[in-house]
Amino acid sequence: MKILKYMAGCVLAAGVALTAIAAQAAEPIRIGEINSYSRLPAFLDPYKKGWELALEEVNAAGGIKGRPLEIIDRDDGGKPGNAVTIAEEMVSKEKVTLLTGTFLSNIGLAVTDFAKQNKVFFLAAEPLADAIVWKSGNRYTFRLRPSTTMQAAMLAKEAAKTGAKKWATVAPNYAYGKEAVAAFKKELTKLVPDAEFVEEQWPTVFKIDAGPVVRAVEAAKPDGIFNVTFGGDLAQFVREGNLRGTFENRTVVSLLSGEPEYLEPLKGEAPKGWIVTGYPQGAVDTPEHKAFFDAYMKKWGEAPKLGSIVGYNVIASLAALLNKADAYDTETLVDTMKGLEVMSPSGKFVFRAQDHQSTMGAWVGKTDVKDGAGVMVDWFYADGADYQPSDEDVKAMRPAD
Amino acid sequence: MSFYFAQFLTGLSSASSLFLVACGLSLIFGVTRVVNFAHGSFYMLGAYVAYSLVQVVPGSILGFWGSVLAAALIVALVGVLVEMLILKRIYNAPELYQLVATFGVVLLMQDAILLIFGGEDQFGPRAPGLDGVVRIFGEPIPEYDLLLIALGPIVLGVMWLLLNRTRWGILVRAATLDREMVAALGVNQSWLFTTVFFLGSFLAGLGGALQVPRVSINLLMDLSIIAEAFVVVVIGGMGSIPGAFIAALLIGELNAFGVLVLPQATIVLAFVVMAVVLVIRPYGLLGKAETLAHSAGQVELPIRPASTLAKSVAGLLLAGLVVMPFLAGEFAIVLATDVLIFALFAASLHFIMSNGGMVSFGHAAYFGLGAYGAAFVIKYAGGSMELALLAAPLMAAAGALVFGWFCVRLSGVYMAMLTLAAAQIVWSTAFQWQDLTGGDDGLLGIWPSEWAKSKTAYYYLALVLCGGGILAMRRMIFSPFGYTLRGGRDNPNRTESIGINLRHHQWAAFIVAGMFAGIAGGVYVFSKGSIFPDEAAIPRSVDALVMVLLGGVQTLSGPVVGAGVFRLLEDEISRLDYWRAILGAIIIAIVVIAPEGIAGFIKKIAIKAGFERNEEQSS
Repeated sequence: MKILKYMAGCVLAAGVALTAIAAQAAEPIRIGEINSYSRLPAFLDPYKKGWELALEEVNAAGGIKGRPLEIIDRDDGGKPGNAVTIAEEMVSKEKVTLLTGTFLSNIGLAVTDFAKQNKVFFLAAEPLADAIVWKSGNRYTFRLRPSTTMQAAMLAKEAAKTGAKKWATVAPNYAYGKEAVAAFKKELTKLVPDAEFVEEQWPTVFKIDAGPVVRAVEAAKPDGIFNVTFGGDLAQFVREGNLRGTFENRTVVSLLSGEPEYLEPLKGEAPKGWIVTGYPQGAVDTPEHKAFFDAYMKKWGEAPKLGSIVGYNVIASLAALLNKADAYDTETLVDTMKGLEVMSPSGKFVFRAQDHQSTMGAWVGKTDVKDGAGVMVDWFYADGADYQPSDEDVKAMRPAD
Repeated sequence: MSFYFAQFLTGLSSASSLFLVACGLSLIFGVTRVVNFAHGSFYMLGAYVAYSLVQVVPGSILGFWGSVLAAALIVALVGVLVEMLILKRIYNAPELYQLVATFGVVLLMQDAILLIFGGEDQFGPRAPGLDGVVRIFGEPIPEYDLLLIALGPIVLGVMWLLLNRTRWGILVRAATLDREMVAALGVNQSWLFTTVFFLGSFLAGLGGALQVPRVSINLLMDLSIIAEAFVVVVIGGMGSIPGAFIAALLIGELNAFGVLVLPQATIVLAFVVMAVVLVIRPYGLLGKAETLAHSAGQVELPIRPASTLAKSVAGLLLAGLVVMPFLAGEFAIVLATDVLIFALFAASLHFIMSNGGMVSFGHAAYFGLGAYGAAFVIKYAGGSMELALLAAPLMAAAGALVFGWFCVRLSGVYMAMLTLAAAQIVWSTAFQWQDLTGGDDGLLGIWPSEWAKSKTAYYYLALVLCGGGILAMRRMIFSPFGYTLRGGRDNPNRTESIGINLRHHQWAAFIVAGMFAGIAGGVYVFSKGSIFPDEAAIPRSVDALVMVLLGGVQTLSGPVVGAGVFRLLEDEISRLDYWRAILGAIIIAIVVIAPEGIAGFIKKIAIKAGFERNEEQSS
């Protein structure tokens, strides 16, 4: 009996000692990442490759204050309810320091609300919905990617320069499409007070019947077309429109269509001369982007897409946050994140204190076809800081913390 | 005028595309009575295969059409494989089993296609020789559209010849009318079914392959076409190919002119038309009333109150659930809350399915209505959680009252399809009525009252409401109401003849089931804090069916066991890559290997071991 007790004591002591050593050496900082990997592989594969690259770089450089960074990523299958359950698990069982991820706006919003209710830090990576930082904004949620309204504002500014007055809009019939059209209308009428919107088309998302849509737009005889459709709907819209000559002699302004995720599948049929937001990949020649581009090519053997940059910037933002914060409790993290400056491949950006939106921008340019592939030309980087609402507007839109 | 004519032609070309897919589905259903969810997957596969083949032989007209035909053939062979390996084993099972099995195939195919063809959208080349436009009354019409417009009637004609002028066609038509009689006359049914599957899958593959020059090919094609194809098949009359043609024309033109008149309600429109048609002509435009099978299939054993052993197991389980929060971690409590909610949801479906013999393919409608009902109270009436949880069953019951009145007039698979249409109406309304429901962005900030805020308190609330609901339904099953329902299920004519208004009883059962599903939805929305249209969509309805099936349709404890196993399984395997394929394979395996479900399997063992009475011997 005595021997048994002695042995137990030994084991216990050894265990305690080992844990202590391990903890001293490097207890990882755990980050929970939730995304719709199985539902939207075309977008989230590049995204994951982006954050894996950044994670590797952070840990190779010694981690965060000597502690390695660890990402626990989970697939929500595209269901908001699942995402909330996973968020619960990550917080209560995996003991993550903070949450990040999400692509679809509805899942982003579900987790935004979860963060508010449970007082958990959440960095929304990809969702575009304005509500994440405005209507449903809260103390615990930040957002990285430029929002629908920011990108619509970038396009409206360029659209105003073309002199087109009569506009038709084509947007998928759900929250994102409606928000984009409303934002574009608002921004454009600010710049061109006599702009007219003569036709609105609301095809069902992912089920566009492009023929009738194109015909209806044509019948209205607009000077300009504002397009919000994306993915397969965009491809069909472009093909039917090209076939019928709908885009000839018209200004076309199109949200996100310059992102390689959307432009590449169109190949040689990519539209020419559309004004778009997107990402000109290899053409961006700032030193910080070149370093990222080369490292990405080396690790994955393919060019990064927009999702890759977003994924990379998520880790860049979180590493900056964790390096700067003195403590990792949620309240300190939130306070540190406000006004945090981040250096990234897309340039320096700041997380705005007033609405928690990052000032990461987007590239604005025109589409063209080179060597049988769609590319962006005449582009410039539109800094997100230049397309923000006034502080009074933010106050009016965003509930107080 | 020329504009409307051009719009009409566009509608025709969509109609042709739709018809190709729908006629294969209708053919398969007519002969084999399989509601084939995987038909959309075959369509998607056809598109992917054709796209890949066209890449190899670019440019030439022969190469393009060769690729289209080869793709259709490859898909047909895959269809035959699915039929021989999976469906052949479950033809005698109720429709539900086949539907769920084909949904397993859908999940498998999604991951298989992702693995083989990659996740990126693919955009095929235009059809060589048909890449321009023709001016008709001055309006540009794509040449390829004209080809499609011609192809619809051609396929219809070929199908008519096949069915009316060949021996095979005569057998197929005979089997559509009365398959037992055909079997009794010595026709090899097994072979006949396989050929029907070959042709049906061929048409699905062809439909997909022909879309390569028109649409971008992506991984969401399968479920987006299948809902529309079901609408066409049901409107046309299940099993009727000319009916499918007329219905495809109707839906194609409805979409073409719908975007001009009512662009905000395009999704709802098709389902409303389907519901209207079914109310006026319950078997579709050209469909015939379902012929009753001669053998009623397996006769179910009468339900008996639980044995002492079963009661003590249930008691132990309940005691375990009560003390659980003291022993387990916080996440286990969250997961257990989920299980309770889904157990009630599955039990409510089981209530009408098992007792009433009414299969609902759209039970998520009432789950969703309950959840939205609760959310509305919080959002628009400024009410409390308690009030909202009262509104949830009321809203769901109101929905079931309306939909149920139409649904109980039909039976079997027609009824199931009408419930599906009802669910799609709820889903598309939630999706498109943005001012009320927030559309896709949903309603947020629906959290429990202060006292129920902690996970443990909320768990106990869920335990009381969901556990209470399950026990209440169990009580009803052993009440005269329950016996009447089972009487109607086993023999409607006799039940009616002793003066029971069966339809009223079924309607009441439908409302009860909807109400309890609504409670589940209400409890769910407060546990997640938000509600989105997905909760009323097809996958949620299939979840309920899978849970019931997993537990065992003919076992009272089935849905509870099924919900528990399903939810925990989903939580575990969604951590893996390609988890949808794994889930699909598990679903198929259960349907094929253990159709009596987990609880049914345990019961069988218990009877064998002598713990439970064997009904057949005792009666």
